[in-house]
Amino acid sequence: MLLQVDGLRKSFGRRAAVDGIGFSLDVGEIVGFLGPNGAGKTTTMRMIAGYLEPDDGVAKIFNIDVAQDRRRAQERLGYLPEGAPLYGEMTPWSFLRFMAEARGMTREAARHAVRRAAQDARLGDTIDRPIETLSKGYRRRVGLASALLHSPLLLILDEPTDGLDPNQRHAVRDLIRKLGEERGLIISTHSLEEVDAVCTRAIIIDQGRIVVDQTPAQLREKYGSLEKAFETLTRGDERQ
Amino acid sequence: MKKRPGLASMAAIYRRELLSYLTTPTAYVFVAVFLFAIGLFTFQVGGFFDQRRADLSAFFAFHPWLFMVFLPAIAMRLWAEETRSGAIELLLTLPAPTWSLVLGKYLAAWTVAGAALVLTFPLWITVNFLGSPDNAAIFTAYLSSFLMAGAYIAIGSAMSALTPAQVVAFVLAVLASFVLTALGLPLVSDFFAGVVGGGVAETISRFSILYHFDAAQRGVVDFRSVFYFATLIALCLGFTAVSVDARRGG
Repeated sequence: MLLQVDGLRKSFGRRAAVDGIGFSLDVGEIVGFLGPNGAGKTTTMRMIAGYLEPDDGVAKIFNIDVAQDRRRAQERLGYLPEGAPLYGEMTPWSFLRFMAEARGMTREAARHAVRRAAQDARLGDTIDRPIETLSKGYRRRVGLASALLHSPLLLILDEPTDGLDPNQRHAVRDLIRKLGEERGLIISTHSLEEVDAVCTRAIIIDQGRIVVDQTPAQLREKYGSLEKAFETLTRGDERQ
Repeated sequence: MKKRPGLASMAAIYRRELLSYLTTPTAYVFVAVFLFAIGLFTFQVGGFFDQRRADLSAFFAFHPWLFMVFLPAIAMRLWAEETRSGAIELLLTLPAPTWSLVLGKYLAAWTVAGAALVLTFPLWITVNFLGSPDNAAIFTAYLSSFLMAGAYIAIGSAMSALTPAQVVAFVLAVLASFVLTALGLPLVSDFFAGVVGGGVAETISRFSILYHFDAAQRGVVDFRSVFYFATLIALCLGFTAVSVDARRGG
């Protein structure tokens, strides 16, 4: 099992952002995290990535408890944070070199890893331009490349296609589909069409809880369409 | 072959941080202002030429006072900028121990401070041209100044970890540095002597940066002062690591 999450909880002040989330993930699965803003998608992903400590519950990557043995778990995970933060003054090449070396790779290993990840993320000739001059689509790809550097089998990508134009979105989706063939992926998204296009499973989260965990086909069968399913299953902030 | 993970991460963080100092104009501006100010103070206020002595005491005397403004400006971005830009999430999801991040960044800022000190070499040349100073004593004074700079940078790092706003980090660091320095002023000691008695006032002044820097300026290496600065640096970096790690708690 790539990832096993059980009873994950996190509160900020008195508000429970994540309220008992559990699921598991295997190689070959691409799970789409869906849910209204503030449903707890990012908080869940951050806890799995070891950026936030859960108040309760466990996340295990290859059976390694993230909270107990954080660094060993993090070595096995590729993570794209929300908004793909980067260092704008660096070039993708120097940024990726830095990320690889900060992961403990030797210079030689880092060079290889960067070359391969840049190719996988199709950075092309942007590799030597300052990141702050790149388009949003390319910046997202730089973030993706940095998640791929150490060839992790588990990838967690927080809104990998957010803010991209249709062509860029298409390219990133192709990449995700290809990555999913021999890895396990979790992507969060607001696009239901994306879930249909790339995901093998849809997990809908509302108010910190999983309300459904099924294949897109099952959801369509039961509710007619993914939009209908989303609307029926999530209350969201608007209707409270 | 895999290097020791913590050290490799620290080295990578150090290189990145140093590179970012070198590729953004702010550090150059601060160093230039520092060099200009130290020259101005040494010659105009310190009366370097009037003293008619071939030493650099007029130069070193101003180091604590200039450092406590200049070095917080160098250190203020260390953590505040990461928090503001969100890049801290990249750092905290690296399989690297927190101390390696804290130390890597700290050492890069300290290196910049060291470079600023090295760039004051024309003064050393001048004093050697004018007379024959005790170069061993000057060297010792430079070393203790460098050590003191490390303490101010460490204070700046600790304050930078508290806030996403660089300006706030700067102001907090200047305040903390000022208090820790000024406790050693005779003016402050005399005040405390009047309130709590001479013995306590003496003890308070021994906790000041100024007291230990002055001791080192007399040309002898006092290990109590080295210990003082090392302890201060360790405490501030420990504080930085704790507040960086506290983010994981949400």
